[in-house]
Amino acid sequence: MMLTLAWVLPLAGALALLVIGNADGRRDGVIRWLSLLVTVATFAVTLAIWAGFDSASASFQFVERSPWIPAFGIDYYVGVDGISLLLVVLTAFLSPIALLSSWGSIERKVKEFSIFMLALEAAMIGVFISLDLFLFYVFWDAMLVPMYFLIGIWGYDQRIYAAIKFMLYTMAGSVLMLVAILGLAYLHYDATGAYSFDLLRLYTLEIAPATQMWFFLAFTVAFAIKVPLFPFHTWLPDAHVQAPTAGSVILAGVLLKMGTYGLLRFSFPLFPEAAAYFAPTLALLAVVGIIYGALVAMVQPDMKKLVAYSSVSHLGFVVLGICAMNTQGVEGAIYQMLAHGVSTGGLFLLVGMLSDRRHTRLIGDFGGLKAVMPRLTAVFMILTLASIGLPGLNGFVGEFLIMLGAFRWDPRFVVFAGLGVILSAVYMLWMVQRVYFGEVTHEENATLPDLLPREWAAAVPLCALAVVMGIFPTLFLRPMESSVEALIARVQAGQNLRVERTERPERFERSERFER
Amino acid sequence: MPDSSFNAVVPMLCVTLAALAVMGAEAFRARGENLPLGGLGIVGLVGAAVAAALLWDRNTTSFGVIVADNFGLFVTMVLVAVGVLTIMFSSPVVGRDGLPKGDYYALVLFSIAGMIMMATANDLLVIFIALEILSIAVYVLTGIRRDDPRATEAAFKYFLLGAFSSAFFLYGIAFTFGLSGSTRLDRVGAYLASQALSDNPLILVGLGLLLVGFAFKISAVPFHMWTPDAYEGAPAIVTGFMSTGVKAAAFAAFARVFLSAFEPFSGEWAPIVWLLAAATMILGTVVGVAQSNLKRMLAYSSIAHGGYLLVGLVAANDVGKAAILFYLAAYAVTNLAAFGVIALLGTREAANDELRDYAGLWQTRPALAALMTVCLLSLGGLPPTAGFIGKWYIFSAAVSAGYYGLAIIGVLTSVISVFFYLRVVVMMYMADRPAGAAAPAAAYGVGLAALVASIVVIIALGVLPTPVLNLAIASIATIF
Repeated sequence: MMLTLAWVLPLAGALALLVIGNADGRRDGVIRWLSLLVTVATFAVTLAIWAGFDSASASFQFVERSPWIPAFGIDYYVGVDGISLLLVVLTAFLSPIALLSSWGSIERKVKEFSIFMLALEAAMIGVFISLDLFLFYVFWDAMLVPMYFLIGIWGYDQRIYAAIKFMLYTMAGSVLMLVAILGLAYLHYDATGAYSFDLLRLYTLEIAPATQMWFFLAFTVAFAIKVPLFPFHTWLPDAHVQAPTAGSVILAGVLLKMGTYGLLRFSFPLFPEAAAYFAPTLALLAVVGIIYGALVAMVQPDMKKLVAYSSVSHLGFVVLGICAMNTQGVEGAIYQMLAHGVSTGGLFLLVGMLSDRRHTRLIGDFGGLKAVMPRLTAVFMILTLASIGLPGLNGFVGEFLIMLGAFRWDPRFVVFAGLGVILSAVYMLWMVQRVYFGEVTHEENATLPDLLPREWAAAVPLCALAVVMGIFPTLFLRPMESSVEALIARVQAGQNLRVERTERPERFERSERFER
Repeated sequence: MPDSSFNAVVPMLCVTLAALAVMGAEAFRARGENLPLGGLGIVGLVGAAVAAALLWDRNTTSFGVIVADNFGLFVTMVLVAVGVLTIMFSSPVVGRDGLPKGDYYALVLFSIAGMIMMATANDLLVIFIALEILSIAVYVLTGIRRDDPRATEAAFKYFLLGAFSSAFFLYGIAFTFGLSGSTRLDRVGAYLASQALSDNPLILVGLGLLLVGFAFKISAVPFHMWTPDAYEGAPAIVTGFMSTGVKAAAFAAFARVFLSAFEPFSGEWAPIVWLLAAATMILGTVVGVAQSNLKRMLAYSSIAHGGYLLVGLVAANDVGKAAILFYLAAYAVTNLAAFGVIALLGTREAANDELRDYAGLWQTRPALAALMTVCLLSLGGLPPTAGFIGKWYIFSAAVSAGYYGLAIIGVLTSVISVFFYLRVVVMMYMADRPAGAAAPAAAYGVGLAALVASIVVIIALGVLPTPVLNLAIASIATIF
């Protein structure tokens, strides 16, 4: 019941808010506290799940299953393993922080805002725990709706354009995935005489190589858009920049991870042969994204846009780690997903605080803030260093493991990815320097207030987690180990099957390199 | 063997009697007296629903030409729901717009009787008669606002093109009869099964003419030209009624004729219907993007939805047949509710159906805006709504029959359609109400109850579709 509770709790909160009358905004305070309470309770539930999780086991835990649409073998089927567990916790961790960030900045239609935030959380948790492809797709698509409203109603100037672009881009990818999901269910019908959307059963399906290619592409394009992998990233700067702070935190912190999670959970293990075939291409796109994202971030005058492009760069690392498909690469990828959620989510939070105070996000409008708001500067500095991968903070562990894994796979990618690490230090530190150091160049900035208690409450957990994740990585790596091993074994078993089948030397070579 | 039981016509009879009662009551009512004519109609429709429920699984035939098989009864249920919702939505509109109440409800009921007949007919000529009964009533309904030149124009266009398509249809029947010596679907089917195309190319002519006739009625591209004009000109609730009821009845007959009698020639017609489906989905959505009038936009959207239904017909397997039924149910409730919102927001003087009239609706009528949003999301096929399950079902039919191309066209056009549905949402939620614009007059009452009921059904079908899905699957087991 724990997993169901984790996603139903926020949904129930949203429904409860629906019936609270708040025509003139009289009950804004009640609504804010109630939604915060619900998200904190949800976080507690996910922590309890983590506490009860058996790290030694690679199988799915807390499994619940009951028939939903029996005629098509569709079940309500949820469970977590080491790959999804921490992502669920991350989602529940960031949601109250996002709500806190909107405490002061969202003054209009607080009730509706909270409803959409809670509905979004429910759908996001649902995505990570679904083990039935149909259920997964329902959550995956349902999540777009609240996000669309959050960007479109509470966003900045270009919000409508950004909201529609976000929605259409993501949908265009995901409907093709829907066709592939239906195709998989039909293949299962062909093989066994019954439809099934059960992920674990579909894992065991033998799919012809040509079909694998198409299905892999359909799934992967959907996920690549979400990640976003270069060249599918163009929706991201718009959505991130135009979204309200809470939306950006959730977008960067959780939504992007759904793409990489999808690659790990669906694309690679379902279609291992196609994955082996396309992995070098994906890795190449990832590396291009790393460099491109970093270069574009460097020239951004807008802080929010800079952080947004840095996400393109950081998520490139994650994809690279997944493509390597060895222990270090995959564990590093998952670790980087978590770390990026904490540090970039936090950076968006802080940029939002600056923007709330000054109603601008342009780097040129700031300068010398260190003297005015030393505490905010310190927090920003910690998260910046975490983001660029300073040893001792969370970003380092993930990037290091990914590079290690990628090096074992194909060292050429690592050379360029390493360049991205250096560039990230350049653009982030340069921004920090221009915003926080030097003289106060604008008079308006001289009187800005430092962190408020509410902002402390949002920022401290993020900084603490960044440090803890940097110093005690085992705490977080331990639960994922056996699941990652099982995943790699599954993918390799699928690829060996092909090696036995195929005789063409050049393809053989590629898959050999893949297994090294 | 045909048995002489009257049972199979009872649902139709209930609706017809209600229509006659409404007419009679209107004729004998004292001047100024306000009779609950709509309520009378609903009683008749509920009677039809009860009769249909009792006939379930019996597979009765009346006079050899009306079959109350589960397929027909399922569509009957959908049509009854369409009728009840239409009457409920109409109740605030009829008084507000000064429509002739008795005539209006009687016409609605007569056309529903024709629709039920069409869905349960087992004979080409009876299908034709049913088609005429429902069409004539709908022509009149389209032009029921006699003082509105646009409505009159729409009715006239609809009538001319409808008569045209009826002629095609009748000509097709004539050819089929000439070849097979019968208009009964089972006999036609038995005859066709024994024929090879090379022996008898005239079969193709009959088939083609029937296909054109049906394509007109379901407004499949390129036979859709009448649709946008007729839908835009008619009163909003009538548009909702004909875009759901007429389409459901016509599709039921279409599926019955082509999946039973003409099944042996599916190799011939499937590629043509494939093209029709693709063209309908693409044109319906692409042109829909360019509309600024909500009624016209939804007219194109309903053309596109006809395309999705055709996908189920092309697939022609059990999944496809059940998918058509489920999709009809989901689409009927959703589309009718969307038009219901438009109808409720109109006034006697102004239809308020331009996109800009919806600017900032959220500020003035938050409940209506929210309900409209659910309808639009369902039309766009987003979970957790009935529209999503319907689309998923249709596309799984296409995939299971190997029509990946059609499924891909379908999903991509549904993304495009989301774009224009979202334009309405953008207007309602993200645009500010123009300064000085009065709050739209909203006639609530029974109409709002109908709207809430539709939304409950839309969400329920989206979250727990199993009961209706199983009904749809059971409906196709007995026939074809």
